Amino acid sequence: MARTLSMKDAINEALDQEMTRDPTVIMMGEDIVGGAGAAGEDDAWGGVLGVSKGLYAKHPKQMIDTPLSESAYVGAAIGAATCGLRPVAELMFIDFMGVCLDQIYNQAAKFRYMFGGKAETPVVIRAMCGAGFRAAAQHSQMLTPIFAHIPGLKVVCPSNAYDTKGLLIQAIRDNDPVIFLEHKNLYGSECDVPEEPYAIPFGEANVVREGSDVTIVTYGLMVPNSLTAAETLKKEGIDVEVIDLRTISPIDMDTVIESVEETGRLVCVDEANPRCSIASDISSVVAQDAFGALKAPIEMVTAPHAPVPFTPSLEDIYIPSPDRIADAVRKTMASSKQEVAAQ
Amino acid sequence: MSDLIIPILMPKWGLSMSEGTLAAWHVEEGTEISPGDEIMDVETDKIANVVEAADGGLLRRRVGSDGEIYPVRALLGVMAPAEVSDAEIDAFVDAYELPEVEEEEDTGPTYEFADLPIGKIRYAERSGEGTPVIFIHGFGGDLDNWLFNIDAVSEVAPAYALDLPGHGQSVKAVDQPGLDKLVTTIIDFMDHLGVDKAHLVGHSKGGLVSGQTAISHPDRVASLTLICSAGLGAEINSDYIEGFVSAASRKELKPKLHHLFADKSLVNRSMVDDLLKYKRIDGVQDYLEALKAALFDGGSQAVDIAKGLEALDIPLLVVWGAEDAVIPVAHADAVSGAEVVVIDGAGHMVQMENANRVNELITSRL
Repeated sequence: MARTLSMKDAINEALDQEMTRDPTVIMMGEDIVGGAGAAGEDDAWGGVLGVSKGLYAKHPKQMIDTPLSESAYVGAAIGAATCGLRPVAELMFIDFMGVCLDQIYNQAAKFRYMFGGKAETPVVIRAMCGAGFRAAAQHSQMLTPIFAHIPGLKVVCPSNAYDTKGLLIQAIRDNDPVIFLEHKNLYGSECDVPEEPYAIPFGEANVVREGSDVTIVTYGLMVPNSLTAAETLKKEGIDVEVIDLRTISPIDMDTVIESVEETGRLVCVDEANPRCSIASDISSVVAQDAFGALKAPIEMVTAPHAPVPFTPSLEDIYIPSPDRIADAVRKTMASSKQEVAAQ
Repeated sequence: MSDLIIPILMPKWGLSMSEGTLAAWHVEEGTEISPGDEIMDVETDKIANVVEAADGGLLRRRVGSDGEIYPVRALLGVMAPAEVSDAEIDAFVDAYELPEVEEEEDTGPTYEFADLPIGKIRYAERSGEGTPVIFIHGFGGDLDNWLFNIDAVSEVAPAYALDLPGHGQSVKAVDQPGLDKLVTTIIDFMDHLGVDKAHLVGHSKGGLVSGQTAISHPDRVASLTLICSAGLGAEINSDYIEGFVSAASRKELKPKLHHLFADKSLVNRSMVDDLLKYKRIDGVQDYLEALKAALFDGGSQAVDIAKGLEALDIPLLVVWGAEDAVIPVAHADAVSGAEVVVIDGAGHMVQMENANRVNELITSRL
């Protein structure tokens, strides 16, 4: 049988294989090594959740533990990228991007454009994202829309271990800045992952489930939640197609439009807050380009416009659940039935 | 009385299959079934195929329903002679239990790996008695191309299927890929297995490899079965070869795969995704480009082994799908003295599209 790997181990393997293949690939971040622990242990931490554990022993010259200053080392990584290295900077949580946004959106994202195509910035900035980890409002956000808004950045948010390895390798080989977002509640999810290195091109959505009645467009943790909803709905005779965007920027609208033209119904599921979100973006493009194909109003399932609560019971209802997704799908089915009845 | 009852079970096609959809029954209750009759369509996430009866008998009960999903080895139907009472059949159906999955995996086949001089080679092994059969896949294929063949053939002989270098889960980094390296791999593989002589069954490019192996090492090959084989003429569908190599996305690849089957609906999303996953592994693109340049450059086949095969003194069976859109069926007649069978209603992947007929041809000649 093919080998299974968790998303966390898939990230480790991608970093390991790329640092082996290319000595200009380096890692920078807080406690990605973490200092000596017990005797013989030279990477006591290996990152906040142990993602880079074991890599320092193999690549001691390619891993830099940085001071607790995201603005400094993200800036350094971007500068190094323009000078010939391929740095992978790790921020523990996407929430910390705020302190280094100037480096990201005003520098890295602009270099190629402002230097007339003469400068390239092959940097990857990795961070954990998403809610459900009981980590409160400053460590749980899904800030994909902020980065998708900025031209010059590529934004990736995988839903499974296979895609994670191939997309991270692609991110490292890509000559533009990539924001690579890993949902912390998916770190343990396992699937078949080839041992060999492979790259998945950006801008190619994955139809993870084929269906004829309703299209769900989503990414990240909301992919498994949508698939759970689809299984429930199947028992009710509703056949749901689920599209995993995989990369938010570039975005594969062709696959979305083609699917909606078949199903006529769209549910956008996004763990981000609803205003100016990936869900609202998809919804606006479909309304503009495929309005004639729609049999029912577009539905959106998102977090509320509120910070992520620390109270576990509130956090659980904050995150779009399979039940809420299923309800939204039923709503699109019901409204189109009314339309048919009215004719 | 229960030894008169013959169960019809959900088949297991390949290691990854855990469940299948009973798409449609082809026989009604009360029908007398003969071995080989088409009794139902089964679909998995990988492939759809018709199931033929392994045993004959009177179909007394359809336990499985059209459109429902069942685990592998689930009871789908019951055959029994008329003297068995309905109550006994009820009791059999009620008492039927799925075999434990763990047992299945303990005793069932697994993939093996061999360290050959060229690198790591993956293969599947089915034990049996006599001179072994080795299945050799085509360009861009892998050992799962023999999904519907290896088990049936292993009932009469030990059966092996391997991933050639550059393919499947075998080594991808190969210097200057070409026919010689593939032939050497087959001989090294036989040495690794301790197999002195084998029946080679090759599909497409694998047919060319099989034939060249027999020509170069006539003492190692007991017989040849060449299925829609390369190496028997110049023509080959360059839209398929070029398109398969250059396709970088699902949209580009899917129409190219339509060339492989007479029934285009067999090309499903899972098949396209699996091939894309293969093509995206580091080294595969370079390997396919180099092998294409060595064997099929400029839309024509570089190697013709027909004359070499005529000089051999071993049984040679040539099988072709009448609707092959990759290599012309006219090439089936290239080797004088060979037994030729052309199968209607099947394309280039005839060993998948009409597995039962191909299996019968192979096993009846062993």
